[in-house]
Amino acid sequence: MEITKELAIKLLKQMMEIRQFEDMIMELLAKNIAEGGSHLYAGMEAVAVGAISVINPDDYITSTHRGHGHAIAKDGDLKALMAEILGKKTGVCKGKGGSLHLADLSKGNLGANGIVGGGLGIATGAGLSIKLQKQNKVVLCFFGDGATNNGIFFECLNMASLWKLPVIYICENNKYAMSVSVERSHAVKDITKKALAFDIPSENVDGQDVLAVREVVSKWVNHAREGNGPSFIVANTYRYYGHSRSDPRVYRTREEEKFWRERDPIIIFGNKMKEMGILNEEEINQIEEEVKKEIEEAVDFAIKSPYPEPEELYTDLYV
Amino acid sequence: MRTITYRQALNEALDEEMARDPRVFLFGEDIAIYGGAYGVTAGLWQKYGDERVIDTPISENAIVGTALGAALTGLRPVAEIMYIDFIGLCMDQLNNQVAKIRYMFGGKCTVPLVIRTEGGAGRTLGAHHSQSLESWLIHIPGIKVVMPSTPYDAKGLLKSSIRDDNPIVFIEHKMLYNTKGEVPEEEYLVPIGVADVKKEGKDVTIVTYSRMVLFSLEAAKILEKEGISVEVIDLRTLLPIDIETVVKSVKKTNRVIIVEEDCKTGGTGAEIGMQIIENAFDYLDAPIVRVAGADVPMPKSPVLEKLAIPDVERICKTVKEMLK
Ligand SMILES: Cc1ncc(C[n+]2csc(CCOP(=O)(O)OP(=O)(O)O)c2C)c(N)n1
Ligand SMILES: [Mg+2]
Repeated sequence: MEITKELAIKLLKQMMEIRQFEDMIMELLAKNIAEGGSHLYAGMEAVAVGAISVINPDDYITSTHRGHGHAIAKDGDLKALMAEILGKKTGVCKGKGGSLHLADLSKGNLGANGIVGGGLGIATGAGLSIKLQKQNKVVLCFFGDGATNNGIFFECLNMASLWKLPVIYICENNKYAMSVSVERSHAVKDITKKALAFDIPSENVDGQDVLAVREVVSKWVNHAREGNGPSFIVANTYRYYGHSRSDPRVYRTREEEKFWRERDPIIIFGNKMKEMGILNEEEINQIEEEVKKEIEEAVDFAIKSPYPEPEELYTDLYV
Repeated sequence: MRTITYRQALNEALDEEMARDPRVFLFGEDIAIYGGAYGVTAGLWQKYGDERVIDTPISENAIVGTALGAALTGLRPVAEIMYIDFIGLCMDQLNNQVAKIRYMFGGKCTVPLVIRTEGGAGRTLGAHHSQSLESWLIHIPGIKVVMPSTPYDAKGLLKSSIRDDNPIVFIEHKMLYNTKGEVPEEEYLVPIGVADVKKEGKDVTIVTYSRMVLFSLEAAKILEKEGISVEVIDLRTLLPIDIETVVKSVKKTNRVIIVEEDCKTGGTGAEIGMQIIENAFDYLDAPIVRVAGADVPMPKSPVLEKLAIPDVERICKTVKEMLK
C-alpha cells in the first residue's frame, strides 16, 4: 500500500497520542487524580491505528476493556475521552461510563466494554444490521486473546460465517489474559486456527508494524465490502504496563518485556519513515511535541471540568 | 486477640480447608500465580500446586459447569467468579444445573460446591464492575447465599461453606478486603443461616448485610451520641434468611430500617421486609423503610457513584425521621 507524507504523519501522530495518553493516565492514577482502574494500550498502538486507518468514518468498531487506543484511533476527542476517564460532566459519556465504557456512536465507536467478549455480540449484530439495511459498511471487532475462550466468541463467529456478515474480527494477542498466558489457557496456541471451525479465513499479522496491520486489514475489509463475509485476524502484540495499576507482573519476565519494548511500534514506524525519506528526525520530534501539548491540554481540560450534577444520577436510563 | 484483614481471613479459611480435606480445590481466573484479582488466593498455588489451584480460561459458564461436574463426582470445588457482574455469563449453569440438580434427581446426589465472588461499588469502576446482584440469587431455591461483613465472619462462614454439602454462592465485598478485625488463631466455624446482632439497641432495628453493616454501625455510633439507641442486625446469610433473629429484635424495637446496597426495586430488602410483615406485623409501630441503592446502572463518576449507594448520613437521617 502506498504511503504519503500526510498519511505517515497521521499514523505516527495517532500512535503517539495513544502512547502519551496512556502514560499520562498512569501518572494521573499514581497521583490519585484518576480513580478506579484503567487498562492501558501502550505497546499495542499499531493495531488500533493501523486497522482503523483503513476504514471509513461511518464504519463501525467495537472495543474492549483496553479501549483508549481504539477510541483515539476512531477519531475520538482527546479532551472528552480524558474527561470521561476522570468521571467528568464533559466526558464523552457525561462521566457515566468511565475508562471501561468509552464510546462515541457519532463516530462509529460502539463502545469499550467491561465484560471480556462483550463487544463480540454488538459487532456481529452491527454486521447483521449492515447486511439487512444493504449498506456498504464494515465492522472492526477488537478483542483480546483471552476473549476467544468465552462462549460468545464461538457463537458469534458461527453466525457471522453462516450469514456472511461484514465483520472483521481482530484478536489482539498480547500473550496474556491478565496473568494467564496463551500457553496456559488455550488448547490451540495459534489462535487463527479457531476460525477454521467456522470456515472463516484467518491470518496472523505483526501487530507492532502499523503498515503490516494496514495491509492485512484492508485486504479483509475489501473482502467484506464485496459481500464475502467475515474474516479473523490475529495481531501479535504486547502490553507494556501491567494488567492494572497494582499488577506486579510476576507471570512474565523482564527479559520478555525488554524483547517487546525493542519492537516498539512507534520507533519501528518512525525509523521506517526516515529510511524511506518520508519523514525526517526533526519532523518526528515536532509531531511528538505537538502531541505533548495536546495531551497537556486534554488533561487540563479534564481536571478543570466539573463533575456531573447530582440530578444526572437518574437521567439517561430510559428515553 | 490478633487482628487480620478480611482478605487474610478468607485466605486462611481456604488454606485450612485445603489442608484438612484433599478433595477441596480452587478453580477460577487468575487465582494461581496472580493470587486472585483481589489477592484472596495469594500463596495457595505455591503451596498446593497446579492440581489444586487451577487457573482457568476466561470461560465463566464452563467454570461453573465443570465445577458442578466435579462436585457431583467426589470433589469439593471452590470456584471463583472474579466479579459478581460476570455472574450473568454463568447464570444458566448456576440456576438450571447447580441449584436444581439435587431436587430434580430426587435427592440422590449432593452438590458440595462453593462459588466465591465479589461485588459492590466504591472503586469508581463503573457499570460492569460495581454491581450488587444478590437479589438475583436469593430467587433461586437450591442454593444458599452468604455475604459476610467482618473478617471473623468471613473466615468462619467460608469454612462452613466449604464443608456444606449444598451449593453456596459466597459474596465478598471489594471495599472490605482491607478492613481489619479480630480473628482467633484457633479453629472456629460460623454457622450458615444465622444472623448476628452486631450492636444491641432499643429504639430501632437496622437489618443489613455486607459493607452496609459497617455503614450502619457508624451511623448507630453517631446516633448514640444523640440519645438514639439503634440495634444493628447483620444477616450474614441472605438465603435462607434468619428471620427469627430479626423478629426478636422487631418485637423489642417495633421499628425497622433495611439498609442494602443493591438496587431498591426487587432488591433483597423487599424480601426481608415482606418476611418481617409476614412474621411480625403486629409488632411494627411504623412502616418499614428501606435505605437502598438507586435503580440505575452504577455510574463511573465518583460523585454519582457515592449518591447511588447508601451512606452514613442517609442512614442517620432516615433513623431520625422514623423516630420523629
Ligand atoms: C467475562 C469477564 N471475565 C473476566 C473479566 C476480568 N478480566 C478483565 S480483562 C481480563 C483479561 C482479558 O484478557 P484478553 O482478552 O487477552 O485482553 P487483554 O487484557 O490482554 O487486552 C480479565 C480476565 C471480565 N472483565 N469479563
Ligand atoms: Mg491478552
